[in-house]
Amino acid sequence: MENNLITEDKQKNKLEKAFEILKTMASKPSGLIGLTIVLFHVVLALISPYIVPYDYKAISPNTMLLAPSAEHWFGTDSLGRDVFTRTILGGRTALTVTFFGSLIALLWGGLLGIFCGLVGGKIDDVVMRVVDAFLSIPWILAMLLIVSLLGTSTEVLIPALGFFYGKGIVRVARAATHDVIAKDFIVSARARGHSNMSIIWNEIIPNVRDAILVEGAMRWSWMLLGFSSLSFLGFGVSPPTPDWGLMISNARGLMSFAYWSVIAPIVGLSSLIIGINLTADAFAKALGIDRSTKAPV
Amino acid sequence: MNEIIESVKNLSIGFNSQKGKQISILRNVSTNIKKGETVGIVGESGSGKSTLALAMMGYIKQGLFPLKGECLFKSEDLLKMSSRQLEKIRGRKIAMIPQNAGQALTPNLKIGYQIDEALKLHTDLNKTERDKKISELLNKVRLPSPETMAFRYPHELSGGQQQRVAVAMALAGKPDLLLLDEPTTGLDVTTQAHVLELLRFIAKDTGTSMIYVSHDLGAIAQVSDRIVVMYAGEIVLEGPARKILKEPIHPYTYGLLKSIPKLSLAGLPASMPGSQPQPGSINEGCSFYDRCNLANDNCKKNSPDLEHIKELDTNVRCFNYKELINQNNNLQTSITKKSNNSEANEVLKLKDVSISYAKQKFFDQLLNKISDQNPTVKDINIDIKKGETIALVGESGSGKSTILKSIAGLLKTKDGQIKFEKDRILSSDLKKRNPNDLRAIQLIFQNPDESLNPNHTVEQILSQPLKLYFNLSGDELKKNIIDLLKKVRLGEFYMSRYPRQLSGGEKQRVAVARAFAAKPDIILCDEVTSALDVSVQAAVLNLLQQLKEDLGTTYVFVSHDLAVVRAISDRVAVLYQGRLCEIGPSQNVYKFPSHPYTEVLLGAVLEPDPDIKPKLVAEDIVEEKPPEKGCSFQGRCPRKIGDICNSEVPPWQIGENGNAIRCHINIDELASLQQ
Repeated sequence: MENNLITEDKQKNKLEKAFEILKTMASKPSGLIGLTIVLFHVVLALISPYIVPYDYKAISPNTMLLAPSAEHWFGTDSLGRDVFTRTILGGRTALTVTFFGSLIALLWGGLLGIFCGLVGGKIDDVVMRVVDAFLSIPWILAMLLIVSLLGTSTEVLIPALGFFYGKGIVRVARAATHDVIAKDFIVSARARGHSNMSIIWNEIIPNVRDAILVEGAMRWSWMLLGFSSLSFLGFGVSPPTPDWGLMISNARGLMSFAYWSVIAPIVGLSSLIIGINLTADAFAKALGIDRSTKAPV
Repeated sequence: MNEIIESVKNLSIGFNSQKGKQISILRNVSTNIKKGETVGIVGESGSGKSTLALAMMGYIKQGLFPLKGECLFKSEDLLKMSSRQLEKIRGRKIAMIPQNAGQALTPNLKIGYQIDEALKLHTDLNKTERDKKISELLNKVRLPSPETMAFRYPHELSGGQQQRVAVAMALAGKPDLLLLDEPTTGLDVTTQAHVLELLRFIAKDTGTSMIYVSHDLGAIAQVSDRIVVMYAGEIVLEGPARKILKEPIHPYTYGLLKSIPKLSLAGLPASMPGSQPQPGSINEGCSFYDRCNLANDNCKKNSPDLEHIKELDTNVRCFNYKELINQNNNLQTSITKKSNNSEANEVLKLKDVSISYAKQKFFDQLLNKISDQNPTVKDINIDIKKGETIALVGESGSGKSTILKSIAGLLKTKDGQIKFEKDRILSSDLKKRNPNDLRAIQLIFQNPDESLNPNHTVEQILSQPLKLYFNLSGDELKKNIIDLLKKVRLGEFYMSRYPRQLSGGEKQRVAVARAFAAKPDIILCDEVTSALDVSVQAAVLNLLQQLKEDLGTTYVFVSHDLAVVRAISDRVAVLYQGRLCEIGPSQNVYKFPSHPYTEVLLGAVLEPDPDIKPKLVAEDIVEEKPPEKGCSFQGRCPRKIGDICNSEVPPWQIGENGNAIRCHINIDELASLQQ
């Protein structure tokens, strides 16, 4: 009696629906702020190579550790490189790696979770125990192992991060599927004799898609933090590529007297993470998924 | 006796729509509750009956707000009170009994403690007095052994017992007014009759006024002195119960009463066209205009006021009520249905079917067998003929849905065979059935909200079986979908709608269309009308009957509602605890002699007639498991004759009019006992 009271006669196509969701997300201050931050970072990542004032790898002993000034807005670092230049470039690798990493995590985690939720029984038991076993391994140790064996190129980082962050999605997708498969429309499809693939594709995915997407958005921000941690430890991107984690790592020893070279990348990283979190929450609300009642496992 | 305790004056309650429009859910409602009187508020879902009842205790749901009017309880306006003031009234002066007591009781507190809480809050008794009062209250609501009952947890009680506890809690504060919101809706028929009987007794005994909200005219008829009929947020008819039920002078009430299937009548009830308008969609004219067969131009433009008719002591909101005053003798009519040819071929045969939910032990898993000496469903033998409607009837736990699922292949049988079209045995494993057998048997579910994928349009929903079984695509697919929609009397424009944009009846029509899309031989209907409003139920029943007559489909119809079964079925099988009790042509099952369980069920049916009281012949105990030996009904049987009932499975006896009864009592003796 509450929501479907006024039925909309007008049918909307997919594009209009996506626009509608964006509009709902932006209608609350937190959602608007989140969207703005994310949009700002994405645009910055796209255009930053063309707008930077200095070369990011130009080392100069004359400009070592200068405080912020009109010439160097955020000051310079211990090698005399411009911190502003490096900060606005520093999100590019992180964003690319984690975006594709999240996509991979969503795909394998989501599909495996849905499959396990649908078939149940022994297959489900075995797969879930394996996932549990992986969940119990500290991811950072495992990542370090992979990176030291295979190197730190993006071709290694993307699938590796995708794998480790997909484990949690398996559980969420499985739980969401369990909610759906108890419904009669799945029983009905089964009784008609549809194959498992057809049931997953036609009946389950449209109903769990939203929950998994929201979970993916949340994982994205976690993965960003994870990727920066790797860089911080020296296992992410290699110098002299500008990267927030790496910059924080390099400048942290000088924090007491050259705070500017560490504050700028911290602001960059945390604002993006906060932005993604706010966006994911607004996204969940706009889709009608309450994260407080359906907490991820 | 004529003191008014609560009076509602010109109350309107509404909400703001997303577009900022003010939409009212209740419009100009006025009524009075007198001391000691039971008022039944009846209406379909969305008619505003619960909103009105809640407003009467000063509660308005979130998102709603009063637009105008007042709710006077002993001349104080409840809607203007602070929450502190309301606290003093709720529970002490006005108490409420919720629909689902199982959910209203705290699961981890003993029921004695929960009643004690109510007593502490609303009375000044000390501990020993309260303890005495608790067993007094439990005794009053007729719970067995009140002393031990107080130390049990809610989950240890059956649904009916939980509802009794809720009544005891409501009575704890000695309220002047008791509010009951669909208190018996979730209960089994026999339990429902018992609870209603208790409520009637309490009303008389304590002199409490009651407001009884329900969609079920049968239940309302049993308890009410006065009835208020709501439609689209308005009171359309109000008056003494007997007058309203026997001579309704509003076309909506008239139609509603006609659309209720009755035990005394064979054949289908007449249905009302259309459905209730959405709030906010009526701008001018009478809200019932679209569905009314007395409507004229005046009704379209002007909305009628509630008019008091002195000689009938009734208020009515209709311009043309006079036309109905003399028409009422034909309330007892029904649409006769074509009965099928009993010589027809057998299409489905259940032979010695047993089904068990027991978990397999490791060894049995290896040997792929189920060893359960006392399975949930046992020894079911039913032959189903082509084109007939056979109904499986029983209370919850009788195994009727279980049998349906195993016919559909969703549940494995333990023993026995299900044979389709002469002697082809259907595998009890869905994956081993061939596609044509799968196509031939289709299911329709109870709740269309759950059986239709909420993220699919009607077109997508209907295209699933068409694509799967007939490989249709493109224009041909579309043409077939439109044909199907026409068959269930829905227009082409429904194709692009989502289930949430349809009313309950429309959703169920789509579900029916999906089942018929497969061109099935047999359709299994699982309580298909019990989630629907009465007027919609009649329409769906008529639709099913029409489709059957046109297409020659066989129905296996599962229901707990004996009156609905009476209306639609050719043959009835009565089940108790997964065992057949009685089977026969429906007109004979409803006549005596019948199996003692059928007798109990028939006695508990509530007719929308204050003069027909239910006959309560057995206790409403809930048995969790079928007995291991003997007759399945031994635990509750009012006609139990002795040890033989406990030790031996009763034999089948065939009565002279063709119904088979499974009882130790000789069938002629049974007939004379039941006269």
